[in-house]
Amino acid sequence: MSAIEILDLEKSYQVGFWRKREKVGLRPLRLTIEEGEVFGFLGPNGAGKTTTLKLLMGLVFPTAGSARILGKSMDDPQVRSQVGFLPEQPYFYDHLTARELLNYYGQLSGIPAKGRSSRVDQMLTRVGLTDSAEVQLRKFSKGMLQRVGLAQAILHDPKLVFLDEPMSGLDPMGRREVRELIQQLHHEGKTVFFSTHILSDAEALCDRVAVINQGELRGVGAVAELTSQAEGRVEIIFSATKMPPALTQLGAESRLRGDIASAVLPEAQQEAALEILRRERLRLISLTPVRKSLEEYYVQNLQPTENRKGVGV
Amino acid sequence: MSSGRVGYIAFNTFREAVRDRVLYNLIAFAVLLSGAAILVGEISIDIERLVVINLGLTAISLFGVLIAIFIGIGLVSKEIDKRTLYTVLSRPVQRWEFVVGKFFGLTGTLVVNTVFMAIGVFLALLYTAHRFEKMDAWVLVALYFIVLQFFVVCALSLFFSSFSTPIMSAVFSFALFIIGNLADDLRGFARMTHGFGGWLATVIAYLVPNFASMNVISQVAHGDPVSGQLILYNTLYAIFYSAMAISGAVLIFQRRNLK
Repeated sequence: MSAIEILDLEKSYQVGFWRKREKVGLRPLRLTIEEGEVFGFLGPNGAGKTTTLKLLMGLVFPTAGSARILGKSMDDPQVRSQVGFLPEQPYFYDHLTARELLNYYGQLSGIPAKGRSSRVDQMLTRVGLTDSAEVQLRKFSKGMLQRVGLAQAILHDPKLVFLDEPMSGLDPMGRREVRELIQQLHHEGKTVFFSTHILSDAEALCDRVAVINQGELRGVGAVAELTSQAEGRVEIIFSATKMPPALTQLGAESRLRGDIASAVLPEAQQEAALEILRRERLRLISLTPVRKSLEEYYVQNLQPTENRKGVGV
Repeated sequence: MSSGRVGYIAFNTFREAVRDRVLYNLIAFAVLLSGAAILVGEISIDIERLVVINLGLTAISLFGVLIAIFIGIGLVSKEIDKRTLYTVLSRPVQRWEFVVGKFFGLTGTLVVNTVFMAIGVFLALLYTAHRFEKMDAWVLVALYFIVLQFFVVCALSLFFSSFSTPIMSAVFSFALFIIGNLADDLRGFARMTHGFGGWLATVIAYLVPNFASMNVISQVAHGDPVSGQLILYNTLYAIFYSAMAISGAVLIFQRRNLK
């Protein structure tokens, strides 16, 4: 069973004083996320990531299309007891303590009173907030609020967790902790769907990613798949104290650092380049095809549709 | 279970409101005003009781209404602005449960608030008259009617805030409170007017909340009794009017996109 099946979900808003202008939030989106997957939803600010999450959470209503979450319609209230959600830059009730807040969410999630308190304690420990459990949230830093947000999202042991920009605004330590938490959730067999614009996080964590821009899906696939699309170029690394001029004449982008040289050149010139190295008696260290980084893939896919060429969706 | 979730939301609303310093300030202000009532009572020969009840109950009503409006209009919009609503509605919580829970949380806060302020008024009465009289019991009825007004004002604030901005909601709610206090005059005007104007005035007169019939402050200050029929009528009227306003708020909120 798929964890999430998005079936042509679409959202547009009527804007302006007379509400006559239409603003597209999300163009028809079709996407399937399997159970147990860590799925990254990438895109710049305003791309439609949060709109998609809000649609799936029932916070906004679709203009067209539907979605199934854990095999049930996304409108089914029962689905919510198996889903956790962390909104972007969460903000909670100022006058509650972290423990009171989690207890309140535990009540709303239907966690039985008997085990609720110990579950809250577990979550506070898991996100490292045991010492601040009795402090009112208005005294919390942004990073601490993010941790409370994560704790409330996983408090009721959901099968599926939606995280909207979970690393946004966190310091390097905070980001690392969130990364570790997502990895733990993955090992526990949970499905994690998170939106981000931090590509290194997506690259490190995700089984698959989707790229979205201007409300339109631009690509989806495993990170390795997306980044391995052949660029038709190779990188040759060899020992040399100066760059052979013949190699430069082949059109190689060359670089020399100490006694290690590298040259990137079209695959068609590979044999000629190796012949030059043999002739010059230079030691070959490595020859690897150039892979596109996720960043390059991302940047390429953010261009308007008509400007893009060879984008695999 | 729905009633459970409504109760949790109501209790959380109550807790947030009680811990909010604005509420404490208003209580302190009301206490100050009761103090002023005592002072006025001392310089008003033989009419201390009248002045204390009039001033005390009017202060309770006015402060309660201000709290009902200014907290009521922010109950939903603040949660949307701060996105706290997202983490509530992403759980197995229905939107109507949220609205109803918020309503009971705020009315609960106002009831507790009124109890404290009422204690202040009775202490002031005891201070000026040195003893309670039998007719002071009617003050409790006036207080009950004030609480009924709070229910209606809270429901209206929630209703307006379900589709308009906080400022406009405050304006609408306060305007309806003022007009509702003049409901009797409006009905009289409707009776005297003929044609389309008369019909329109009648519709408006019966559409606005009839706060005038819930205001017996002057009556009880003079020691006059309140009829059981009026108590029953006001109780049913407040329940019906609040239920209608809350239903309207729920209907709108059910369809609202949370931005």
